[in-house]
Formats: sequence, structure tokens, C-alpha cells
Amino acid sequence: MKQIVSKEAFNEGLAKLLTEYDIYGPVRHPYRGTHSDTDKIQYQQVHSFDEMEWDEKSQFSPKSAVLPINQLLFYFVEDQWLEASETMRKILVFLRPCDLHGMKRMDEIYLNNGAPDYFYERRRKMIKFVVVGCKETYRNCFCVSMGSNVPEDYDAALNIRDDHFELDIIDEDLAVFAGREADFDIDYVTENTFSIEVPEEVDSQYLAEHDMWREFDSRCIACGRCNYVCPTCTCFDMQDIYYKENEDAGERRRVWGACMVDRYTDIAGGITFRSKYGSRMRFKAMHKIYDFRKRFGYNMCVGCGRCDDACPQYISFSETIEKVGAVMKQKLNEEDPA
Amino acid sequence: MLRDVNTRKVMKNAFRITKHKYKTALRVRVPGGLGDPLVFRTVADIAEKFGDGRIHITTRQGFEILGIDMEDMPEVNEAIQPVIDHLDTNQEKRKAGYPASGTRNVAGCIGNKICPKAQYNTTEFAKEIEDMIFPNDLHVKIALTGCPNDCIKSVMHDFGIIGMCLPEYDQSRCVACQACVNKCKSYSVGALSIENNKIVRNHEKCIGCGECVLNCPMLAWTRSPKKYFRLVIMGRTGKKNPRIAKTWLKWVDKPAIMKIIANTYEYTAEYIDPEAPNGKEHIGYIVDRTGFEEFKKWALKDVELPERCEVVPTVYWDERKIW
Repeated sequence: MKQIVSKEAFNEGLAKLLTEYDIYGPVRHPYRGTHSDTDKIQYQQVHSFDEMEWDEKSQFSPKSAVLPINQLLFYFVEDQWLEASETMRKILVFLRPCDLHGMKRMDEIYLNNGAPDYFYERRRKMIKFVVVGCKETYRNCFCVSMGSNVPEDYDAALNIRDDHFELDIIDEDLAVFAGREADFDIDYVTENTFSIEVPEEVDSQYLAEHDMWREFDSRCIACGRCNYVCPTCTCFDMQDIYYKENEDAGERRRVWGACMVDRYTDIAGGITFRSKYGSRMRFKAMHKIYDFRKRFGYNMCVGCGRCDDACPQYISFSETIEKVGAVMKQKLNEEDPA
Repeated sequence: MLRDVNTRKVMKNAFRITKHKYKTALRVRVPGGLGDPLVFRTVADIAEKFGDGRIHITTRQGFEILGIDMEDMPEVNEAIQPVIDHLDTNQEKRKAGYPASGTRNVAGCIGNKICPKAQYNTTEFAKEIEDMIFPNDLHVKIALTGCPNDCIKSVMHDFGIIGMCLPEYDQSRCVACQACVNKCKSYSVGALSIENNKIVRNHEKCIGCGECVLNCPMLAWTRSPKKYFRLVIMGRTGKKNPRIAKTWLKWVDKPAIMKIIANTYEYTAEYIDPEAPNGKEHIGYIVDRTGFEEFKKWALKDVELPERCEVVPTVYWDERKIW
């Protein structure tokens, strides 16, 4: 159902939804950025639309709403254990089209990659998505190149206009807004400031030995910002906590992991598989534009460009994709000069 | 042709008595060391028209325009007016140049205008202090620095104002990557440790450098929106007993610092040695004479310190001989 809704009616509708739903959106925190007198924009629970920040790209993606940064799985006492509870309330996440495409990839990894993940599924089934149309591209965005610019499979979508909203409600549970019917399309960008070509032919064995990754050995600092801001990085780490007062009791959490950060490939016996930062970069790049695609038929990267926004070393992931493309092209030329 | 010159008035007017008789140099104040093309152009024009073409960039971030004939001082004062207006420097009479030179230009490091490490805008704070204390004949040196790296060398000043970051920790965002622990250890004081996969911060050890915030990829560490400073006092260079300043107040705020500086001017006016050569006595030596307790009594009058401010009860300076 497509309708035009006034600001007041929109807020009234949200207030109705808030009785049943926890609402998540991007929130600006003044003075809480990395550097002094800069802001932080992160996803979190909100209680009104005005709390959300849509003028600037959020530094962090909405994945924290679906996959909590720290997720308590169970408590243990000696040989007994108790499952941690999950929210009983429904969840509504406001996000950009690229990020909704990111959610599809999260679902792929957690639900369709072998047996569904119990803890993910438990929370995921409570969640609905509202896409916020994108009128203009931000710096470093390349969603058009990744095909994630068009909003798809949303529960609701909206265009933010000067004094009203254009609302497209698909899920009837969300049809609580008073407004008049109208026809419109949800905004999406058709052009970014640059476009890239993701190579079709990727020889991962050849690339694994290629020296194109060596520049990152010294350029990258392995801070993991690219992973943590990424809407499609799904890795986690396990933490077992033994309570100080009684070490026979404790809890197991899972916590966001990052393939660029130390200890990711550590295994028992003191072995580390990818010590070189360039090798970690290769692993990440191959996952985003090659091996996920091999399994699921489309690229993992959605082109939100947050990795480039966040990298303190000015490493561009979109340029890295282009470098992979150039290496593959050169290989094909060498094999068949014609 | 000038024959009789009152050197006291010349110096008070920010012109120097140089080794070359009847040649002077003008000291241009640039609070916080931030200029712009108008300032540079005007200084350049004066150097070309009245000076010998040389401009010295002073250690206190001003300019000194060399080789000016003393006869030209009134015209130079007129010519420097656009800089005084543009930098909004307090003046008693327009086109009469600088009204005092005792209280030196308030210096600042580059600060958070661009420096990633800095915790505040040193230029803005320097300007606020300059507005409050200038013009004044008392010999006071103040420097502001964005972080404990202290690039401006505030520890060699009467008042050194060092930016501090009060880190606040959102445990729910922490992924235990330990970037903060490692950076605090390698760059700073090692105030962080990890316990049960969460970070423990030792507040006593913390110097507020902000490395934890700067290096946290999750922004689990952020700095408090309220700004804090470390105030180090009575550092000095010079022939008599040079020494590094010592911390007096940790986690102090801007209003308290402003009031303390204003109070110190009153204290200095009360206790300055009337017999001091040229009426010039550095406040550090006055504090040496009156004792720290008397200084403290004056300096803290009507000052509201923030709740978390840590006060060193009695400051002792390191009196090891340098010479």
C-alpha cells in the first residue's frame, strides 16, 4: 500500500508500533567520534524518527541490530547450563537499500549455509525492515556497481520529503499510518561518483600466490575497522567467561570477529595461518567478491563503501577489487595474447 | 631625525631595543599561532616598506619584523592596524600599535583544527585567554597544547594547558580486539588491561592522551563531551634556575583555568618586587618567594573546580641545577 503521510501522522504511527516493536535506526552522537569534536553515527534503539540521522552515512552498519556485537548464548554452572533469553518483542530496523542487501547476505550465511544458526534465527524471525530511499550517493559508495542500489524485499519503505513521507507498506502488520493513497517509487541512486567492474573470472589459487597483496603487508595496520563497519562481515569469536567469585560458573558469549585482526587464525598449538596483513586482505577480498559468489551466486560486498570511509590508512576496497580485475586480465592476456 | 627616545615606551609598544642603535623590530602577536593570508600579506608589506626585508618567526608564534628605522614607528603602527583588527587584539588606541608587551603572545600547538591526537581547539582557547589578559605589562607566558605529547612545550611555561581525553567505555560495543590495551602500553602509560574479555582502566595511571579512543575500531571507547585539561605551572627557561613545570591540577576545566589565570594576575600585581629590574619579575620567582601556599590561596579564590578534578596539594619543582 502506497500512501502519503504527514510528519505528525508518521510519528503517531510509529508511536503505535512502539507498543509492539523495538525500533532501530542510525543515531548521531555528538563529540563521540574517533577524533575530538567529531561525531559518531551508529545503529541503536530509538523512540522516534527524529532521533535518526539520515543526512550522513552511518559509520557503522545496521547489522548490530540483527547480530548483537556481544551476544550471550548461555550460562553454565558446573555441568548445568541455561540458555540466555532473547527479546520477546518484535524489531523494526530502518536502513538504506544497500544495508538491506547486506541483511540478505547475513541470512545466507546464518540460515542457508548448512544448518540454520539457532541464536541468529531466534532473533531474526522477530525482525522486519523499513528501507529509507536513497536520493544521493555518498562518498565511496559503489552500490550501483554491486547491484545493491535498488530496494528489494522490504517490509516497508519510505521516502523522506520536506514536510511529509511517502510510505510503501508491504507487511500489513505495519499498516498503522493515516494518510492518503498515492503513487510513487522509492528513491534509489542510479549512479555513484565512480563505478567499478567486479571481475567475472577469478582464479583464487593464482591470486593467492600473486604479489599484488604484498603492498598491504606494510600499508594495513590490521585494526579491523573495515570488518567492523561492514554490513556483510558475519564472523564471530567465542568467549567463555568464568565469574571471578566462582570459577565453576560463567557464561558463553559470541562477539563480532574480524579476519583482519590478530588472533583470527590462531589455533591450538600456537599456529597462526595468516600473519601477513596482505594475506588477510586477500582472504577478505576473496570472500567478498569470489567465494561467497561461488556458493550463493552473487557477490557478498554491497558497495556501501564504509570500509573505505573507515580505513585510517586510506586503503580503498573498491580499488582493491579493480586491482584484482587488472591482475586477472593480465593473466588472461598472458595465457592467450590473441 | 630622532634624537631622544624613551626606550620604556618603545618596548611597551612591542618594538624592540636592538643592538643597532635607532633600528628597531616590531613584534606581531598571533594568538595560538594561527594566521591567514591577510596577516602574512600585511607583515610582508611592512617588512618590505619599513624593514630590511627580514621576518623572524618567533618561538612564541609571532612575527618579528626586522630592520625598522625608529623614525618609522608611528607609520608602522598604522600599517599593522589591519592585523590588530583582523586578529581582534585588544588595543587602547587605534593606530597606536600594541599597547603592551610584558604578557607574551599566548602560544598553541596546531590543536584539533587538524591534528588527530589533539583533544581541543588550542587556537580558540588561546584567543579567549588573550582576550582576558592582554594588554598587560606583567611578564607571563602561557602555552596550550592539544595532548600530552606537548608539542608546544607547555612544560616550559608559567601556565601549560594540556588537553585531556576522559575515556568512556561502552562494554556492549567492545569486541576485545585489545587495540586500546596495546596502544596504551606502547604509546602511553599502560593504564589498560583486559579481564574476562573486557577492558579495565586504571584512572590514576591514565594521562588522558586519548589513544584508546583513537584506536578503538568499534568506538566502544569514546571521549566525554565535556573537555578536561591538565594544568602544569611555573616552568621556565632563563639564567636563574630554569625548570620544567609540574602538574598542579588534573581533570580541570576551562572556566576554572580562566579564573585561575585572572587570579594569578592579581596575585602577581600584589607581590611583584617593586625593586625588580625594569619592573619585570617572572611569576615563577614570585611564587618561589611567597611560597606555593600563598600563590594557591590567591589562585584558587572563587574557583569552582570540576568534581573529578585532582589537585596536587603542594607542588614541588625539580630544582636540579641545569647550568
